[in-house]
Amino acid sequence: MAELFTLPVLLGIIYSGIRLATPYLYAAIGETFAQRSGVLNLGVDGIMLMGAYTGFYVAMKTGNLFLGLLGAATAGLLMGLLMSVVSVSLQAEQGISGIGLNLFGLGLSTLLFKVTLGGVESIRGFQPIRVPLLGQIPYLGEIFFNHNLLVYGAFLLVPLANYVLNNTTFGLKVRAVGQNPQAADTLGVNVTLIRYTTVCLGGILAGIAGASLSLALINLFQENMTSGMGFIAVALVYFGGWRPWGVLGGALLFSFVNALQLWVQVKGINIPSDIAVMMPYILTIIALTLSGRRARQPQALTKPFERGEN
Amino acid sequence: MSDLLPTGHKKIEEMRMEGIVKRFPGVLANDHVNFDVKAGEIHALLGENGAGKSTLVRQLYGLYRPDEGKIFINGEEVVFHSPKDSIAAGVGMIHQHFMLVPDLTVVENVALGLPSSRGVILDLDRVRKRIELLCQQYNLKVDPYAYIWQLSVGEQQRVEILKALYRGAALLVLDEPTAVLTPQEVDDLFITLRRMADEGHALIFISHKLHEVLAISQRVTVLRDGRVVGTRPTAGATKTELAQMMVGRPVILQYEKSPLKMGDILLKVENLVVRGDRGTDALKGVSLEVHSGEILGLAGVSGNGQRELAEALAGLRPVKSGRIILNGVDVTHASPSVRIATGQSYIPEERMKDGAIKDFSVADNFILEDHAKPPFSSRTFLNFRSIRQVSERLVQEFNVKTPTIDTPIKNLSGGNIQKMILARELSRKPKVLIASQPTRGVDIGASEYIHQRLLEQRQAGTATLLISEDLDEIRALSDRIAVIYEGEIVGIVDGKTATTEELGLMMAGIREKPKA
Repeated sequence: MAELFTLPVLLGIIYSGIRLATPYLYAAIGETFAQRSGVLNLGVDGIMLMGAYTGFYVAMKTGNLFLGLLGAATAGLLMGLLMSVVSVSLQAEQGISGIGLNLFGLGLSTLLFKVTLGGVESIRGFQPIRVPLLGQIPYLGEIFFNHNLLVYGAFLLVPLANYVLNNTTFGLKVRAVGQNPQAADTLGVNVTLIRYTTVCLGGILAGIAGASLSLALINLFQENMTSGMGFIAVALVYFGGWRPWGVLGGALLFSFVNALQLWVQVKGINIPSDIAVMMPYILTIIALTLSGRRARQPQALTKPFERGEN
Repeated sequence: MSDLLPTGHKKIEEMRMEGIVKRFPGVLANDHVNFDVKAGEIHALLGENGAGKSTLVRQLYGLYRPDEGKIFINGEEVVFHSPKDSIAAGVGMIHQHFMLVPDLTVVENVALGLPSSRGVILDLDRVRKRIELLCQQYNLKVDPYAYIWQLSVGEQQRVEILKALYRGAALLVLDEPTAVLTPQEVDDLFITLRRMADEGHALIFISHKLHEVLAISQRVTVLRDGRVVGTRPTAGATKTELAQMMVGRPVILQYEKSPLKMGDILLKVENLVVRGDRGTDALKGVSLEVHSGEILGLAGVSGNGQRELAEALAGLRPVKSGRIILNGVDVTHASPSVRIATGQSYIPEERMKDGAIKDFSVADNFILEDHAKPPFSSRTFLNFRSIRQVSERLVQEFNVKTPTIDTPIKNLSGGNIQKMILARELSRKPKVLIASQPTRGVDIGASEYIHQRLLEQRQAGTATLLISEDLDEIRALSDRIAVIYEGEIVGIVDGKTATTEELGLMMAGIREKPKA
C-alpha cells in the first residue's frame, strides 16, 4: 500500500483523474440541460459511441482533428434530434426510447466501423498544451495546466453551463419547462422547441464526449469502447443534483477513484483487478443512494408535455 | 377619459365572442355561445363543473381553437393560435391551478418567456423594479425575491395577477380564483379586482359560488351543458334564481338535519405527528375525537396537513409519533386492511388515483376491498354471479349513472365515480367514515345526493370525519368544526354557531379569542 502514497504517484492520480473526467463532463453537462428541461435521455452512451466513431473516422480520413470533432458533434446532434422526435414530438416513454437509442448507437457505430475501417488503427490525437505562465508553477502546473484542448474545454464548460442555466432567458425557460411546462406554455414559451434544443445540445456534447475518447484519451476506435460511460454520466447528473457544479464534483470523485484503481493495478498491489475495476461503480451506487436529493429533481422529468392537460 | 391603463397599455373597450362552438370527442363543450365583456366591468361566468366555462375562456386565451365562431376585440376579429397571441392582444388569465414554477422566484416567474433588455442575459433587477411599481399601483403585496413554494396561496395568486399585469393584460380572466382562498383572502382579492375594474380593466370572473358572483359582478352569464342559459344584470338577481338556471331545476340550498345523537368516541387521534412529502412534519401533534352519530368537519386552506391526516388515518402514510384509536383498537401502525376490517371506510381526496382503478369496470371497482371474502369469492375463486348481483343492486341504490356494470370507470363522470366509491364504502356499514373532499369537482346534483347520504350515515350512528376545503360544505353538514393550519388544530367550534369570519380567521392561523 505504501507505494501508492508517494508524491509522484499521488500527482499522477490527480493528473489522470482530471483527464479521465473529460468525457463524463461533456456527456453529463449535456444531459443536465436535457434533464433540467424535463427529458431523461438514457441514450447518452449510444450517442457517445456514434461521436467516437464519427470523430475518429473523419479525423482519420481528413487528417484534421478539428474536422473530426465537428463530425462527432454533428453525429451527436443527429442522434439528439432522433431522441427529440421520438420522446418529445411522438411522446414515447423516455426511459424506453433512450435504451433504444443507446442500442441503435451501439449497433450502428459497430457496423460502420466494421464496414469502413475494419481493424484497429490508431491516430495521433489531441496533444497536451502547456498553458503559458500557469503551466510553469511547480507541481500544479503539471497537474492542471498541461492537458489537451478537450480537457480544458470540459472544465470551462461547467461555469459556462451554470451561467447559461441561471443567468440567461434561455436558461430560465429550460428550468421552467422542466418544472412546470404547463405554466411555461401559458406564458408563450415554446415547450417543444426548448426541449428539442436541450436534447440536441445534450446530443452534441455527448458526441464530443465520445470524440474525447477516440481523439484524445485513447486515440483509436473500438466496438463499444465507452463500456457504459454514458450511463455513468446520467447517474452523475442525479448525483450532482442537476447542477453543473455538482456534476463536476461527481465527475471528479468518480474519476479520481478510477485513476486510483488504475494505479493500484499498475503498481501490482495485491487486490484482484476485477474488484479494483468495480470500485468506481460501487462508489457511484453508494453515493447515489446516500445523496437522495429527489426534492431537487425537475418535477416534469420523464413526463411528456401536452397542452391543456393539468 | 384616457384610453390607457395605469400599466401604460391600451384598454380593451369591448371583447365579444360570437357563436363559439367547441367539440371534444363525444362532447359538445360549447354550443353556439355568445359572450362579451367591456372595459371597467366584471362579468361573471357561472355554471357547474363541465358546463363549458373553462373551455370557453381557454379559447379566448389561445389554448384551444374554436371549431366555429369568432372573437372580436374592440370590434376587430382576432384569431389566437397560442397564448402568445392572446397575451399580445392584451388578454391575461389566472388559471384555476396556478401556472407558477415553484422552484423559481417571483421575479423569475414574471420574467419567464419575456424578452430581456440585455439580450440573452436576464435583467431581473429591471423586472423587480417594475413589479414593485405595479404592486404600488394596484395595492398588491408580494416579496419579489421569495420562491413561489415559500408563498401562501393568496400570495401566489397575487403573483399570477402581477404576471398578467406585467404583460399588459387589459382583459383578465379569473378561472375559479376563490376556490383555494380563505374568506379573508377572498375579500382582499375582491378589493384588487374592483380596483382593476375602476382603472379600466375588463374582467371575466368564473365561479360556481353564487354569493361570490352576486358580491363582485355587474353582469352574470349562466352556462349549462355548453349552452348559455341567460345573461342578467347582477343587481336584482337572486341566489335561488341563479341556482335554478345553473342546474336546470330547483335546488336545495339548506339541508334538514336530524337532531344530534352523539354516542361513544369511535375515532380518537392523539398527538399525531406525520411527515409530509418534503420530509418536514406536515402534522405537528394533531388530536381529534369523533363520536358516533356526529360529523366532525375539518376546515382549512389546502395544503395545511389535511391530505397527510387523511392518509395517516387510512394507513397510507407512516405515523412518526402519536396514536390512532379506531373503535377501541390501536391502529396507529396497522395496515389499511386491518383498519377496513375494524370498521373504517375511506373516501379519498383523489378518487382516480386512490379511490378507483380507472380501467377496471364498475363491478370490479366495487369489490376492490372485499373481493377476497364471501359473497364475492370462496377459496380464492371469484364468484362472478354474486359480484354482478351486488353491483347491480349498488348501482340502483346509489343512483350511479352507468351504461352497464361492465363499463370501465374512466368513462363515467366525476359525480358518478364518486357515487360508486360512496356506494362501495357505505355498503360496508362503516363505524367510522373518513370523507376527504367528497364533492370536489362533482356537479351540484351529485353533491346534493352525496351530502344527503352522509347525513343518513350520521343518523345511523357512523362517526364521520369530513375533510373539506369547501367552507360551505363544512358548515352545511358538520356538528362540530375543527380548523387546521400548518399541521395544527387551531380550534374546534360548534357547527351551529360558527360564523364565516370566525372560521376564516382560524383558517389563517389566528387562534380563537377566549370567550369573555
